[in-house]
Amino acid sequence: MAVHLQEEPFDTGAWIDRLTAGRTDVGAVVSFTGLCRADGETGTIQAMTLEHYPGMAEEELGRLEDEARARWPLLDVLILHRYGRLVPGDPIVLVVTLSSHRAAAFAAADFVMDYLKTSAPFWKKEENERGPQWVEAKASDDAARDRW
Amino acid sequence: MKLRYFAWVREQIGRPEEEVELPEGVETVGDLVRWLKTRGEEYGAAFEHEKVVRAAIDRVHVKPAARLEGASEVAFFPPMTGG
Repeated sequence: MAVHLQEEPFDTGAWIDRLTAGRTDVGAVVSFTGLCRADGETGTIQAMTLEHYPGMAEEELGRLEDEARARWPLLDVLILHRYGRLVPGDPIVLVVTLSSHRAAAFAAADFVMDYLKTSAPFWKKEENERGPQWVEAKASDDAARDRW
Repeated sequence: MKLRYFAWVREQIGRPEEEVELPEGVETVGDLVRWLKTRGEEYGAAFEHEKVVRAAIDRVHVKPAARLEGASEVAFFPPMTGG
């Protein structure tokens, strides 16, 4: 199913329905939906803007999909990331993995998110009462990626 | 060669992209950063903490030692914060 970049919101349930429609070989679907939180990295936020590197973002997410498919027996993978201005409660990112059994689907979704955080070219700028501020990368995200 | 900048690197340099002719001796990404820093205060500010800024050649992550030969687009940006 591959990779999607879009400015518009998405519907996790609709994507799962679409990915599983007509299939009888899927035993496990794992989905991760990341949401914009009001208690952001820089304080209480009103909104955030997600900047991305058009071209590289798609390619890098595609490389993550390829790597996940090489490591686990996946029947399908979806990686969807939004860009532009988001407000608290909005969905940001969706990863869906399909497999015959749950272990591969869980592990692959976890892997994709850990790598996406540190290697996909997206940058968050949060808007709080002091004005706009870039979010700093977290060492804990590097540590999560290095588990794999 | 096309240079592209993102997030606070873009803001500090003051432009999203530019075309440059590389001078003699600029062979790696690290050489390119050192040369850019001689071009003005805005570059000095953007690359003040050289090790923090990440680079990509033709949309693939690279280290400072990566060679520029054959590259058409080099991008500089902060550590990523998506997801």
